[in-house]
Parts: sequence; structure tokens; C-alpha cells
Amino acid sequence: MIAELGHYALMLALGLALIQGTMPIVGTRTNDAALMSMAAPTALAQFAFVAMAFTALAICYVISDFSVLNVFENSNSQMPFIYRLTSIWGNHEGSMMLWVSILTFFGALVAVFGNNLPAVLKANALAVQAWIASAFHLFILLTSNPFVRIPQAPFEGQDLNPILQDPGLAFHPPLLYLGYVGFSIAFSFAIAALLEGRIDAAWARWVRPWVLGAWMCLTVGIAGGSYWAYYTLGWGGFWFWDPVENASLMPWLAGTALLHSAVVMEKRGALKIWTILLAILTFSLSLIGTFLVRSGVLTSVHAFATDPMRGVFILAILVVFIGGALALYGWRAPLLKQGGLFAPISREGALVFNNLFLTTACASVFIGTLYPLALEALTGGKISVGPPFFNATFGPLFIPLMVVMPFGPLMGWKRGDLLGAAQRLLAAAILAALAMAAAFALEQGGPVLAPFGAGLAVFVMVGAVTDIAERTLVLRIPFRAALRRAIGLPRSTWGTAFAHFGLGVTLLGIVAATAWGSERIAEMKVGDNLEIAHYRLTFAGLFNRQGPNYRDMVGRFIVRRLNGDLIGVMEPSRRSFPTRNMTTTQAALMTRRVSQLYLSLGDPMQNGNVAVRLYFKPQVLLIWLGAAMMFAGGALSLSDRRLRVGAPQPAKAKVALRPVG
Amino acid sequence: MTRKQRRLILIGSGMAVLAIAVALMLNALRDSIVFFNSPSDVAEKHVPAGTRIRLGGLVKNGSLVRNANLSVRFEVTDGKNGIPVNYQGVLPDLFREGQGVVAEGVLDAGGTFKADTILAKHDETYMPKEVADALKRSGHWIDDYGRQAGASAGGGGK
Repeated sequence: MIAELGHYALMLALGLALIQGTMPIVGTRTNDAALMSMAAPTALAQFAFVAMAFTALAICYVISDFSVLNVFENSNSQMPFIYRLTSIWGNHEGSMMLWVSILTFFGALVAVFGNNLPAVLKANALAVQAWIASAFHLFILLTSNPFVRIPQAPFEGQDLNPILQDPGLAFHPPLLYLGYVGFSIAFSFAIAALLEGRIDAAWARWVRPWVLGAWMCLTVGIAGGSYWAYYTLGWGGFWFWDPVENASLMPWLAGTALLHSAVVMEKRGALKIWTILLAILTFSLSLIGTFLVRSGVLTSVHAFATDPMRGVFILAILVVFIGGALALYGWRAPLLKQGGLFAPISREGALVFNNLFLTTACASVFIGTLYPLALEALTGGKISVGPPFFNATFGPLFIPLMVVMPFGPLMGWKRGDLLGAAQRLLAAAILAALAMAAAFALEQGGPVLAPFGAGLAVFVMVGAVTDIAERTLVLRIPFRAALRRAIGLPRSTWGTAFAHFGLGVTLLGIVAATAWGSERIAEMKVGDNLEIAHYRLTFAGLFNRQGPNYRDMVGRFIVRRLNGDLIGVMEPSRRSFPTRNMTTTQAALMTRRVSQLYLSLGDPMQNGNVAVRLYFKPQVLLIWLGAAMMFAGGALSLSDRRLRVGAPQPAKAKVALRPVG
Repeated sequence: MTRKQRRLILIGSGMAVLAIAVALMLNALRDSIVFFNSPSDVAEKHVPAGTRIRLGGLVKNGSLVRNANLSVRFEVTDGKNGIPVNYQGVLPDLFREGQGVVAEGVLDAGGTFKADTILAKHDETYMPKEVADALKRSGHWIDDYGRQAGASAGGGGK
């Protein structure tokens, strides 16, 4: 009964979405305020029904209603409560439900908080939002219905894929979707601006918080996924340039570019057309990400769907939305008025540089990810494009970006002083050079480029600090006065510094963990020692442990310093799940400041020995700590008063709003 | 500077960056691509020794031999041809005889494949897509694999 209710609610939501997608647009064309004002209530109602459908599915999971096929295939009554809940989106149908739930939630937010938007813009944007929602409602109802029943209900479910039985599943997909779908708001507003044929700085002001919020979620979503992969796959990698990872990285890169170009548009009224294009591209890449991951084109843990019908449907959605949006862009963009002038050396110039390199880096990831698919479709040849490709393309494109990054905030709008900025970054450059020298001196082995990477990371970090120091005049005026200035700084300035600093931190972590880490693979018997970096591990024995729906074979290892001081115990295990007859590796991690020891077990041997993989990952936690800082930077910016209070005011002069043919 | 000149600078620098990116990509595509081959492909195409490839097929039943120092030897087959594979290290969780595997590495002069990476699947019912296609081509596809792969809730490399 509950499942049928959910199904019915979803159909009603589709109906509402269709109304929301058409009536307000008719209203804007005929200047009918009543029709336009239909957008907000239908958006709210649509969200209410989608939420109802999602709740229905959640109830089916919680009460383990195995007469629902989706629950039967992905859940099990023995599973802990939290995994029964998270397995809602641990499968194709449920994850699409999560997708539309977030989409309609955002639509409802625009409806509720968009009172200060111009009526036409709001009506158009909500209508576009409804088109996207309609497409995905249809997709779910026609190809991926999570509410399908089984005639004879089984007693027990098939269990969730053990790899997904992890706390990571509770955070990673929802955060990623919040990011992907958050960009849909920017997309809807961009299309609405094109439909209306006008755009101004106020547009950027409305859109920027959404982009920022989506970007923050995507940042931690990607970082969380990376940490999950790191500890769960058992070989200590944190980024594999796997297509599904690239699928999330591409919207992030484009979204980062959008975030920066929207600043230029808001503050200076320039780059309007480019910002619109980026808004379209960013969400298009989010859709492509969904397509790549969900259609079964790629084989990975994420590819739940293998039904070709779904692939064709998602492809159709892609073609209609991306093709349609770009066609509309080509047709209407020339109508939009050009914005302010700026010299190449200026804050705007630096942000254009940022955009140029971010989008090009994004394009290189795009090609590396899709080239194998295109080649297979055209010639049937199967190739794999792996890390070497991305290291050779993405890396060189990202370096100039990092070098220029500290200059940006130090330059003035319109016309900047490059020499002045360089002088102010002298301290950063010196510290970077010192870090480089230290890395050369202290770390033997590793690639020759690694010390440069570390130096670059330090440059970025100190550069971010320099920006704050310059603005607060710290060290130049009495500390108290500087503190007052620091408190008086706009939060978005702090946000920028935080986020840029975080990127430097992440880079440092990546460089250190990949270049100066070490690895041991060995077969050990009880009592054997294994040494790595400054640590010695002793194998103390194997024992078994029973979990709620699995059985662990645990290896116990005593960790000591080389001088014999006891540090602790590491207990990696091999976890077997009887319901799926599957074994997973549970690596043991031991955190030493921001470095980690990483130990995972291989197959047990007949003679009672175990194969182990032991890694020392120096500074590895910095990678995710940096992402957390980027998130915090975004949050600081988002809390900036100017972003909230300033939003209701459209551009002052009506003249500036008029479309120019 | 006029608006036009500024736009030219902008477009010019955009083009320059794009050109650099294209050069980087073409260069990387030439050097760092790995082709997928089934054992029959290797036999027919005479893949030269020392070329990095991905070899995919089934782990032949009874072929797995574990030696000292975690080195293993097994045979990858597509039903028609088989190629012996050497690997040193810890095998993935779901590496099993009779099931699909993809190995990355190089062929040596003696026709043995020296793998440095072994990719197995992440689910008991899943078959790597490349392997499935290769088996279908060689006529050794058993419908059972297909049914299982179709019914599976996903999983391969990541």
C-alpha cells in the first residue's frame, strides 16, 4: 500500500511539473501575472509529492518490505538500521529518487526564498526547473520505477553490495547530488535570462549563492568519495582518474570557473555571456556525469544500471537539454548587453585567466574520459586512458593556475598593479623556495618534480595568507588595530583566502603522499616484523569476529617505533558476507598527525601466513583537510551579509535592464 | 586600448591556451593509451613484446599456482587461446579461478604476460564488459554469465 502511494505521488508530481513547466512561461509571454505566479505554489506542491514518494520508499526500506523488488534486491533485514536507510540510494532506482528529491527541494527553495526576484525571471526559472524535473520523473516512472512489486514476496532480501555497506554511503551520494543538482539552479536561471533576453549584475547576485552552495557540496562530496575509495579499496590510492571520478570532477572544474566568473559579472558587469555559457556547461556536465555513471556505459561500482533502455532515455535527456540550451544560447546570447571594460592585467584579467585554464583543464578531462567511449563506438577498439594521460595534460594546465592564483586577490579591479602584487608576494615566493629546498634536502627518492609541487603548494598557501595580511595591515600597525580590521573584513574575503589556502593544503597532501610515500608487500607469519618509514609492525596473529551480517577474519599487528616504543595496534580484516558470498578488505588506518599508516590483508594462505600490503602515506590527510577548508571558505562567503542583504536590490537604473538588440 | 584590441587579446590568449592543451593531449594520447586484448587478439595480432596492454579473459580453472614471495602464475583464456600470466603481489578480493579478470602489463619475449596490475570485479555476479565482449566474439560466452551480469546490481573497477 505504501509503495503504491509513493508511486501515485510520483505521478502526481510529474503532472504538477508539467503544469509548472508550461503555465508560467505562457504567463510571461502574455504578461499574465496570475499564470506567472502559479510557478511558486506548483513548485512547492511538486516537492511535497516527491518528498512523499521518497518517504514511501524509505518506509519500505525501514520496515524491510521485500515485496517491493527494489528493497528485495538491495536490502536485508539483518543489515544495521543505518545501512537499510542508506541503501535507499545504494541502487539505481533509489538514487534517481534522491536526485529528483533534491531537484524539487531546490525548486521549492527558489519558490520560497525568491520573493525578491523579478516576477518574470522567477516564473521562467521555475519553469525551466520543472522541465528538468519532468524529464527525470518520466525517466523514473518509465524505466526505473522503485515501487515495482514482486507477486510472491520473499522472506529475506538479497542484501546491499557489501562494498556499499559503509558510512560513506550516507554522505557521499547525497553531497554529490546536492552539488550536481545545485548547479541546475544556475542552469535554470541562465535559460530564464536567455528566454527573457536580458541579464544584469543582479542576476549574478541571485545565482552566486546557489553556485557557491552547490560547489561546496560537490567539493566535500568528491573529497568524501576519494577518502572512501582510499580506505575501502585496500590499496591506498585516493584518486584513480577513473571515469566515474572524472564525471564528478568535470562539473567541479566548470563550477569553480562559474563561481569566479559570476564574481566578475556581479561586481563589474563583465563576462555576462561567458557566465551564462558556463552555467549551461556546468549543469550539462553534471547531467553527463549522471549519464556516464548511471547508464552502464562505464563499468564501475557506481554503474548500477545495465538496462539499455535507460541509457537511451538518459541520452535523450542529455541531447534535449544540452542541445536545446546551447541552441537557445546561440540564438539569444547576442541579445545580451556587453559589460564593463577592463585591462588584461587586473582582477578581472586574473579571473579570466582562471576561467581559461579551468575550462581547458576540464576539457582535457572530458576528452580523456570520453575518447575511449567514442573510439569503441566508432572502431570497436578498446583502450583505456589512465593516470599517465591525465598527469600529462591536467597537471601542466593546473600549474599556471596555481601560480597565478595568489596574484588575483591582490590586484585591483579594472586595472591592476602586477609589479606591486609581485612585491607583496615576495615573502610567499621566498618561503616557497625554502620549502622547495627543504624538500630537496630532506626527502630522498620520489620524482624530481615533487619538491617543485611542494614549493608551489606553499606559495599558494602563503599567498592566501598574504592577501589577509595586506588587508589587515598586520605587522605594520598595532596588533589591536589589525585585529579590528580583520574582524571588519568582508566574510567573502576571508572565504576566498580560506578556499585558496585549502587548495594549497590539498596540493601539498597530494604531492607528499604520492611522491614520498612508501609501500611494502610481504607474506608474514606470526611473529614476523615489517619495517616502514619510522615504524615496525609485528604480526601477532589472526582471529575471527562476528558482525551483524558478516564475519571478520582479523589480523592483529603491533606497531612500534624503530626504537621499540609501543604506539598501538592495527587490526585490518577480511570481511565475508554470506548473503552475497563476497569478501571485502577492511584496511586498518593509523593516523600519526596528518600522516597515515595503511595496512590491508590479502588472501590467507594454506600455511597460516598472510599476505599484507603496508603503506606509509606522509601528509595524506592534508588532501581532505584542504577540501574541508575549501568548504569552510565557501561557507564563510555564503554567510557574507552582502550576499544576502544585497540580493533583493536589482540594478538601480532601469535603462541598464533594457535588452539591447 | 580599444574594446576590440582587448577582445583580440582575450581571444588570442584563449586560443594559445587551447593550442597548448591540444598539443598536450595529442602527445599524451600517443604515449599513454593502453589497448585491451583478449588472448586470441594477442595470438592473431602479434602484439610485440614490451608493449603495454590490457589482457582480459577468464582465469583458467586449475591454472593458479602460488609461489614464494607472493608471486603467482595463472592462465588467462578466452576458450580458444590461453596466455600464461605472472604477477607479484596481492590478488584482488574477488580474483577466482573460472572467473573474469583484466590484467595490465607487458608480454615478454617468451610469450608470458608480466602483469603489474590485476583488476578483478567488485561483485560476485559481475563480468568485466571487455571480457564479456571478448568471450562473445570467441564464441565461448555462456548465457549464464550474461544472465548473472544482467541481474547484477553493478560493480567493477573504480
